[in-house]
Amino acid sequence: MYTKDGESYFIVDAHIALWDARPENQRNIHGKQFIDCFYDYHRNLSPESEVWPYEDYLYQGGARLMKDLFEDGYVDHAIFQPAHLGAFYERGFGQTEEAFALAQAHPDKLTYNHFWDPRFEQAGLDQLRRDAERFGLKGVKLYTAEWHGDSRGYKLDDSWSYKYLEAAQELGIRNIHVHKGPTIRPLDRDAFDVADIDKVATDFPDLNFVVEHCGLPRLEDFCWIATQEPNVHAGLAVAIPFIHTRPRYFAQIIGELLYWLDENRIQFSSDYALWTPRWLVERFVDFQIPEDMTEYAPLTTAQKKKILGLNAAAMYDIPVPAELQLPREEPQAVAVA
Amino acid sequence: MVTEAQARRALDTVIDPELDEPITDLGFVRSLEVSGAAVTVHLRLPTSFCSPNFAYLMASDAKDALSVLPGVGEVAVFLDDHHDSDLINRGLAADAGYRGTFGHEAEESLAELRATFRRKAHTAAMERVLTAMLRAGLPEDGLHDVVLGDLPPGPATAALLRRREVLGLSIERSAYALVDDDGNRYPREEVPLRLRFARSIRISIDGNAHFCRGLLRTRYPESAADQSPVKEKVS
Repeated sequence: MYTKDGESYFIVDAHIALWDARPENQRNIHGKQFIDCFYDYHRNLSPESEVWPYEDYLYQGGARLMKDLFEDGYVDHAIFQPAHLGAFYERGFGQTEEAFALAQAHPDKLTYNHFWDPRFEQAGLDQLRRDAERFGLKGVKLYTAEWHGDSRGYKLDDSWSYKYLEAAQELGIRNIHVHKGPTIRPLDRDAFDVADIDKVATDFPDLNFVVEHCGLPRLEDFCWIATQEPNVHAGLAVAIPFIHTRPRYFAQIIGELLYWLDENRIQFSSDYALWTPRWLVERFVDFQIPEDMTEYAPLTTAQKKKILGLNAAAMYDIPVPAELQLPREEPQAVAVA
Repeated sequence: MVTEAQARRALDTVIDPELDEPITDLGFVRSLEVSGAAVTVHLRLPTSFCSPNFAYLMASDAKDALSVLPGVGEVAVFLDDHHDSDLINRGLAADAGYRGTFGHEAEESLAELRATFRRKAHTAAMERVLTAMLRAGLPEDGLHDVVLGDLPPGPATAALLRRREVLGLSIERSAYALVDDDGNRYPREEVPLRLRFARSIRISIDGNAHFCRGLLRTRYPESAADQSPVKEKVS
């Protein structure tokens, strides 16, 4: 919980990781390049006071995660969204066992989402059924640019992808987080393309599709789809740190999202350990659309409360203390039909 | 014989399709060496994982732009520090083309990708000019009737005209300014929606440019000296 100026906010960090990118876990040069790329994001967009030494960035462990999120970071609940990256890291990038154990030890604070890769076809589908039961999955994180053999990525509308989504629906895995953003592959159709989300959102109306990084760098394509598909949501991972280096750009992003989607379909994420949540929460609560940007309405406190936690809490059935809830209201109509 | 200045001017014509800016302004040119008739260029990008199709496109455009200079002999273009550096550099050296370089991963040509970003660049340029007119007092429903001759002279208008030319759209003074990718006007009632969508495209492009420039400076601090301020964008 975060309190400022007499207002209290329930905080859900909807996209975090417990990764291990230390040299002994790097399978090849790509593993080093991948974490170096993350570290450049971190150095480029963080305030000076929040920049970590490189060594700290390679691996944090559960104790530090708990401190950064829940002691220092105001977070009430956080959701693991692991990227496996088995082609880059010996034991994977996201640490399944460690993260799941931590979530089991703190079920009120942590939710473990897992991953799948449709290119494992039937064997992967069988594994998904076992994983759903073992982890009690409510959601998954899909990293469509993952390398696998000769393939450098897949699309959600591939035929095997459909079988996995059908299984998810049957298994009660309702929340499908999809990484769309600065990434590596697939090659042919550009890697940021969000057209596959459009198709599956229409064909699986009971599933929620959370587009992480809200489609940046293709914000417009994402907004166009989300306007028409009520089960498409925006994750603010990697978008929200612009609040420090490029506040006017961040104002435009949040202004566009509120215009094209609505305030119920935007979720706060620190993308820990890319960034720590504390400064992001503080800055977002203090943030306002600059007055000369008359094309956007000012952000309201209620909108900030929804974005910072209430939206994700509703999606994941996370209990919210009564005093941190908003008064009940009718759902807002979509801005453009 | 070719001079370094000629070679640099040739590289000025190579555009990052996504950011809609020359690679020279972005600081993507790490080094340029001219020795007699031979030209050697090293390119660098903001991350190791910048999309390989865009990376290849810029590197091959650089080679093409240099190769047609009068008096130029051997042209060697290298992409440094990319996860596909070896693959791309071999493909460039062999003039293997996009499909020849990436094999089964590249079933299509780059033409459609390039065309998509030319269309986006035009839409963004259009929004910059028209939003500036709105801020200067033009009512929104007046946008439907604005023709190119009404646009205020300046870099933003010049940028729009250049992007229209690339798409093959009219640059006559009587041509309408708010048009689709084929140069057709939208129905009057769609003007607010179309402007809004154009705005989200412009925000994407501008935001990516901020991000990529910043990441390049983080990765290669010395690149700051090579980056020029954004010249023609008004937002």
